[in-house]
Amino acid sequence: MTTDTEELVEAPAEHDADHIKHPTPKQYWLIALILAVITAFEIAVPSISAFDGWLRVFLLFFLGGVKFAMVVALFMHLKFDKPLYRAFFIIGLVGAIAMFVVVLLTFRAI
Amino acid sequence: MSDVAVTDLDHTEHADHHDVKPVRKTAMWVFLGSECVFFGAMISTFLLYRNTTNGGPGSEIFDIPFTSASSFVLLMSSLTMVLAHNAFEKSDMRQTRIWLSGTALLGATFLAGQIFEFTEFIDKGLTLPRSPFGSSFYMLTGFHGMHVALGVILLAAMAVLSLSGRLYDDRGLNVELVGLYWHFVDIVWIVIFTVVYLLQI
Repeated sequence: MTTDTEELVEAPAEHDADHIKHPTPKQYWLIALILAVITAFEIAVPSISAFDGWLRVFLLFFLGGVKFAMVVALFMHLKFDKPLYRAFFIIGLVGAIAMFVVVLLTFRAI
Repeated sequence: MSDVAVTDLDHTEHADHHDVKPVRKTAMWVFLGSECVFFGAMISTFLLYRNTTNGGPGSEIFDIPFTSASSFVLLMSSLTMVLAHNAFEKSDMRQTRIWLSGTALLGATFLAGQIFEFTEFIDKGLTLPRSPFGSSFYMLTGFHGMHVALGVILLAAMAVLSLSGRLYDDRGLNVELVGLYWHFVDIVWIVIFTVVYLLQI
């Protein structure tokens, strides 16, 4: 009985904690607009002669990284979700980046 | 006594559902983490072979304006997906269905664009066995396309299930889990678009 009562009391609180901080539909539209603007800038970067060489590479990685982080944090709700989910995803991401660096260094591609 | 047994059984079943939901979400995040490594390997392979064209066509045949439009379509499908999830959380099945269908449609548009792009590239001589560049390019973008295709099927299935009121939050693949998968497909494309297309021109 105690367990049932606790469950009834705790469940909505947990539900609220999971969902109350999520952005509103209006905020989702705003996020999408920001993503669209970043994409437009990203497409323009290769044709701007001022951004040449490593600056272009850095800018493209930076803009791509911002878009990536915004989608993961705000659309996938990782910013608001349990740290465990974040940990699993970051482990995968770090694994991918490590493999990327090791492979390219091994074959002297960078 | 019998009533107690039935109550216990119901409670256990409820508890199972209550406990299984976060487990399935955890499993989805583990899966997505592993997918990061999978696509990381594919992207690394492409970068290794990006200049190995064997005299065939290379990245100069990329149509950046066209791929940019495709990328924009996929990016906007993430918006419709999150709006579908938002509507589902508010138990607004009509809006959920509309946004799910919209997401599936945008995904299908992206796929159609990719098929068109592949056809154009093949016409220009870039085939899978032509060069290591061609092989790694088609393997990477093709596998991503297969992920999109699976996502479109899942989204369409969700939209159909919602028509008959069989879209459950606590059973099978729900809107949230399919949404996570769909957003992941989008973020992978963000990386592919930057590394494979924009950095090569």
